[in-house]
Amino acid sequence: MVALVVAAGIVFVLPNFFPRASVEKWPGWLPNQQINLGLDLQGGSHLLLEVDVASVITERLESLGSEVRRTLRSERINYTGIGIEQKGVRVRLTNPDQRDDALAALRGLSQPIVTNAFLAVGARDLDVDVDSDGVAHLTLTDEAIAERQRSAVEQSIEIVRRRIDETGTREPSIQRQGEDRILVQLPGVDDPDRIKRLLGQTARLTFQLVDLDARPGGRTPAGSVVLPADGRSSSQQTEYIVRREIMVSGENLINASTTFDQQSGGPAVSFRFDAAGGRRFGQVTTDNVGRPFAIILDGKVISAPVIRQPILGGSGIISGGFSVQEANDLSLLLRAGALPAPLNILEERSVGPGLGADSVAAGELASIIAFLAVMVFMVMAYGMFGIVANIALLVNMILIGGGLSLLQATLTLPGIAGVVLTIGMAVDANVLIFERIREEVRTGKTPIAALDAGYSRALTTIIDANVTTLIAAVLLFQFGSGPVKGFAVTLAFGIASSMFTAITLTRLIIITWMRWRRPTALPI
Amino acid sequence: MAWRLKLVPDNTHFRFMHLRKGAFGFSGLLAVLSIVFLIILGLNFGIDFRGGTLIQVKTPGPANIAQMREAVSSLELGDLALQEFGEPDEVLIRVERQVGDSEEQQAAVEVIKGALENIIDGEIEYRRVEFVGPQVSSELVRAGALALGLALAAMLVYIWFRFEWQFSVGAVTALVHDVVLTFGFFAITGLEFNLSIVAAILTIVGYSMNDTVVVYDRVRENLRKYKKTDLKELIDLSINNTLSRTTLTSVTTMLALVALAVVGGPVIAGFVLAMIWGVVIGTYSSIFVAAPVLLYLGVRREVFDKETDENAGDATPA
Repeated sequence: MVALVVAAGIVFVLPNFFPRASVEKWPGWLPNQQINLGLDLQGGSHLLLEVDVASVITERLESLGSEVRRTLRSERINYTGIGIEQKGVRVRLTNPDQRDDALAALRGLSQPIVTNAFLAVGARDLDVDVDSDGVAHLTLTDEAIAERQRSAVEQSIEIVRRRIDETGTREPSIQRQGEDRILVQLPGVDDPDRIKRLLGQTARLTFQLVDLDARPGGRTPAGSVVLPADGRSSSQQTEYIVRREIMVSGENLINASTTFDQQSGGPAVSFRFDAAGGRRFGQVTTDNVGRPFAIILDGKVISAPVIRQPILGGSGIISGGFSVQEANDLSLLLRAGALPAPLNILEERSVGPGLGADSVAAGELASIIAFLAVMVFMVMAYGMFGIVANIALLVNMILIGGGLSLLQATLTLPGIAGVVLTIGMAVDANVLIFERIREEVRTGKTPIAALDAGYSRALTTIIDANVTTLIAAVLLFQFGSGPVKGFAVTLAFGIASSMFTAITLTRLIIITWMRWRRPTALPI
Repeated sequence: MAWRLKLVPDNTHFRFMHLRKGAFGFSGLLAVLSIVFLIILGLNFGIDFRGGTLIQVKTPGPANIAQMREAVSSLELGDLALQEFGEPDEVLIRVERQVGDSEEQQAAVEVIKGALENIIDGEIEYRRVEFVGPQVSSELVRAGALALGLALAAMLVYIWFRFEWQFSVGAVTALVHDVVLTFGFFAITGLEFNLSIVAAILTIVGYSMNDTVVVYDRVRENLRKYKKTDLKELIDLSINNTLSRTTLTSVTTMLALVALAVVGGPVIAGFVLAMIWGVVIGTYSSIFVAAPVLLYLGVRREVFDKETDENAGDATPA
């Protein structure tokens, strides 16, 4: 049994001594899993993002406000003051006689919630009510809010994945964490700033007409809005007044790529609309020849070219004083699609490959020194028994390595510290046993009796003492994050394997030796 | 018999319990000092717990920290700390969290990089960039405190379950002593207190507990063996019985830790220093705090009389 465990340990630890490329070519029946190095050892980026779900709700309420306005207008119901509340929209009806009509019309806005299954069948997204003061309240139901937020997070994960895939990062890990968080882990990324820039933009692209009737500095008309210029473009203008109505948006894009603007010669992004988008774009440009339209990305005007002739082909270019990198990034973002809500970076941990390699080297050196020092010390303290303990220590290391490979646990820098600490602490079980044997020898027991007594008496102590450390390791794993979890894993492995080797392996070796040599006194 | 390195001679008879009043006074003084320093100086929290941005750079030649500090502080990014990190050409820059959302944090990193590139010729290697937002840092504080609290509670229960309540009170008193003194150590030295230090404290708790259990285990055994012996002598005897083991394990652990401290690199230096401190006070507290508490609380010996000797015939087949 003991031999089996040790052999398994050796088999599983072996792949770690070969380069990854050659291990991948091994036949399938051989274990080929290597220990995963944490991001702090191989370099890379860890990003914890939060989907701004509140903004999804705010946006929904804003669009609900316009729907209410449109509905009441078309039904000729008199109202004043549409206001947005925390979870809904409120509107005051001016004619009490129209109360029932209004209620019926507004209820028509409520829609069943479409979920992919089980959840709240038949639930609707709006509660509509008119109070005694003639104020209508349209409130989003809790189900509707939950559903919107859930789908926003899911979509965000998808868009994040697409954007990262477009950058060609190998082996990214993108996971949902908790309610509204996304954990992105990118091993070996050499330019984390670019990834952050890519993820930091919602990349919502819209084409809107510039409002020429409004005078800058004057009052902005109700159907228009003032937007800042992007600042990169050569134009002197710092803000634009554009119509709220969206001609075409990024959702209608089917492709985008980097190109060069034939007029200015600078980098630009060429895009292509789908059929519906192309048709709509063609129509609006036909109707508005000679007027400028604004190309807006995330609320900033990139450029506002004048429509010289109808654009019917369904494609065009955006030029706005980009660098090649910026044009590349923008076309990547447009291809991957817009995020449903902004993402905030809650936590970032990026380690360059140089530091990772240094840490691995330092960890290896420290392990070797610790290993040798402890081994020498054990031989000095216990002689032959020390050698046996050292064999156990070696097996320990193999078991930890094999276990980590088998479970595909991640080795981090604190994890290496855990291993080194284990080297120091692993001998404890053997020390307990050997000290006990010494005591038993002193009481005049025969070698075999002293050995038996030593092992059995030390056993409860070993278990009690190690369970307490194990408790600490489990809690560390539960509450620690990233690298600290790695430490907990190696510590726990170290404790378990040191108990195993001390209780079984060293005993086996010593008993075998005694049967062979039949010593009259224990050399301890 | 061949020569053996013996750190502790056989059959020692140190009378540890005679020292208990002095030891209690000493420990109490250290604990009070720790708390006082904690209040006056506070802990030098790293970005894990305070939020903010950390940048570790490697410059082409030895870094001129004064010049770098001047360049970065002229950016007016708020609370700022620069320190040499391990090597003369490596510098750790910490900036407090900027007002605003992640865009502002991002911008801060950019302007720092810009400022450094202005004053340093040649290529700067950005070895590490970390940012921790306020939400995450407060969660980490909570998780750390919870883990520590739960660890102490779990030990209390485990020892209670395996021994008697007096033992569990004694063990946890020793643990609290260790934790308070470690906090004090960090307050006085001003070493950065971050996530890995919490890991170190939990490991210290595990280690110290380990030591205490070994002594307690022997006390329990001796209580069964010597029914008439005075409790004070019995505790002394148990400590002396296990003294050799306690010393040996401390030494091997220390050997490993010193190796880590010397060649392990600056990233884990704080963790290693905390552990070294912890091993020293953990060993001390098992003997001078955990054991005397038993004496003060008294042990109901009849409980141990009734129990059968668990150790007998409990061997595991090889």
